[in-house]
Amino acid sequence: MAKFDNNDDSVVVVIGSGAGGGTLANELCQKGIKVVLLEAGKHHTIADFINDEWNAFGQLSWLDKRTTSGTWRVAKDFPGLPAWICKAVGGSTTHWAGASLRFQEHEFRVRTEYGDVEGASLLDWPIGLADLEPWYAKAEDKMGVTRTNGIPGLPGNNNFKVMWNGAKRLGYKEVHTGRMAINSRPRDGRGACQQLGFCFQGCKTGAKWSTLYTEIPKAEATGNLDLRPESQALTVTHNDQRLVDGVVYAAADGSQHRQAARAVCVAGNSFESPRLLLNSASAKFPDGLANSSGQVGRNYMRHMTGSVYATFDKPVNMYRGTTMAGIISDESVNDPSRGFVGGYEMETLSIGLPFMAAFLDPGAYGSLFTDAMDRYDHMAGMWLVGEDMPQESNAVTLHPTEKDQHGLPVPNVHFDDHPNDIAMRSHAYRQGSAVYDAVGAIRNYEVPPYPSTHNLGTNRMSADPTRGVVNQWGQAHDVKNLFVSDGSVFTTGAAENPTLTIVALAIRQADYIANEMNRQML
Amino acid sequence: MTLEAMNRRRFLHLTGGAAAGAAMIAAGVGLTAAPRGAWALSLESLDAHQGATLLKVARHVFPHDTLDDVYYAGVVQSLDGKAAADADVAAALADGVKALDTATSVPWLDLSDGYQLRILEGPGETLLHTVKGDAVVSLYNNPLVWRHFGYEGPSAQHGGYMNRGFDDLNWLPDPDEQASPPSA
Repeated sequence: MAKFDNNDDSVVVVIGSGAGGGTLANELCQKGIKVVLLEAGKHHTIADFINDEWNAFGQLSWLDKRTTSGTWRVAKDFPGLPAWICKAVGGSTTHWAGASLRFQEHEFRVRTEYGDVEGASLLDWPIGLADLEPWYAKAEDKMGVTRTNGIPGLPGNNNFKVMWNGAKRLGYKEVHTGRMAINSRPRDGRGACQQLGFCFQGCKTGAKWSTLYTEIPKAEATGNLDLRPESQALTVTHNDQRLVDGVVYAAADGSQHRQAARAVCVAGNSFESPRLLLNSASAKFPDGLANSSGQVGRNYMRHMTGSVYATFDKPVNMYRGTTMAGIISDESVNDPSRGFVGGYEMETLSIGLPFMAAFLDPGAYGSLFTDAMDRYDHMAGMWLVGEDMPQESNAVTLHPTEKDQHGLPVPNVHFDDHPNDIAMRSHAYRQGSAVYDAVGAIRNYEVPPYPSTHNLGTNRMSADPTRGVVNQWGQAHDVKNLFVSDGSVFTTGAAENPTLTIVALAIRQADYIANEMNRQML
Repeated sequence: MTLEAMNRRRFLHLTGGAAAGAAMIAAGVGLTAAPRGAWALSLESLDAHQGATLLKVARHVFPHDTLDDVYYAGVVQSLDGKAAADADVAAALADGVKALDTATSVPWLDLSDGYQLRILEGPGETLLHTVKGDAVVSLYNNPLVWRHFGYEGPSAQHGGYMNRGFDDLNWLPDPDEQASPPSA
């Protein structure tokens, strides 16, 4: 691995090593560009992963202090845990389920498609599906997405059998084991899925794509990557020309260092990325770096989510096998006659007994709760994931008084459901229950959203610099050598799981950065 | 403190809400399977009456008729560990038990289940939430309890569930091969 000097201002500093940052770093390194990759979390290996929900949660999760506000139920049940995302090399690609879906064409221009939705800050993306298609193709090949590039789908597990039968009886057409970045056959030096059932706890076979053991070692092999784990970015610094020139970060021992930079790419997820920009306020950027629009931290989206679990009189054992290899896509269309705009996907999901206790109905007790738990092995489950409405008031802001271990304000995450989110969730609960009723469910459980895994929109992409933070390349409108490279650039959320789009955008962004450097524009 | 206990403690501290209760600990539950009744609680901080009361509270909170008391004793042991480490917790638990016992002229443990529950949801509400916050982890994160519920847990050491029933459901037709291709 390369080691670059802290004063070497020819390097690109990438902050965060997950789907966006890890991919971007590798793509830049492959093009001969020197990269310093700052990662706040530790560098675990596959061998360190634990098939145990609570222990893995403690090992991988981002547990630094955060606060919550708003009417979302997470603020009541898990006030210090707005998101279930990771602090580790590989970021949340250690934890993600692997679902890799392209956005639909209309989902890039929802303001046009849906019209003016009261209370929503909808905006069309500055790019369309056609712009992203070649990059989606590269991302699918890189990640080894099933049902693309001639890769067979994964075999369905018990949970999928229940979903498939219910869906077919209900008349749904698009039902299969998903497009998953999990090897169904050995590929790219990694083995095939062995149906462990612990996708969320770090994949112990390496069959699931994670930047931890794909992009990052490939980048290291070029000699162009200086990976610095346990190095948390605190502020991005700039010069008199309003260009960024370095990143101040805290090392494991708490000591602070500054890495000089030719360009800085922020990929710390939708909480830490805006927080970093806001914490980098200066005389020249009094409202935060790259925040002349006032949109940094705004328009926070987390997808309309929820789960339906159902109990049956015969065993299911849903926890065996790939967690999310099962999808019904029929409801992902935009059909306002259902009473809401946008659509949602229905995807198999299971959690183990320990997390079922914590998440089935947080705070519940008594026989209604324990009746469900008693039937755990007779239970099937699905996750409902759909497009939620961006709202300016849903926001990541700096807490006025609470500070983290480095003395910087912690992020507060405010969220209220939009009426469209509630209408969609209600529809999804009803349809999910209908799927299970069609195969004889004894009882359905409408489970509220977990702490967020899809965190989007807080540095959104816009054609108009007054309406968003970055342009179509993820380049800050205000600072040309500052980039955002994670899901916070999403203008709107679409119905699909976001990782494939984050990766496609990162590959595209790397190409742009390299070209701009060649043109001496950066 | 074990790594396990520390992680849970950290989570519980973070969540602090209805789901997990404020800052309650789920310490390692060093109990082994045993025939019904053939076990004894060794308590560090709580007295025997408090222990017996908390065990019954845990049963009311998460009632599983077929689950032996030994598993609920794990909750009591977890609470006892917390009480031993923190005098405030010990005092809160003692106050909670006293609130149950003084709610009527009959000691709480001698009351019918219906009376017990009504008191628990009234003057005993604080204690109810404390026990619930602990038990949601200390009861359900016990591998012996997993077995009772049919959850087989870790699979990596067995090569996953590939050859251990990931697709053995036989009361519904198998999906077509386009939807669910055969495994490699």
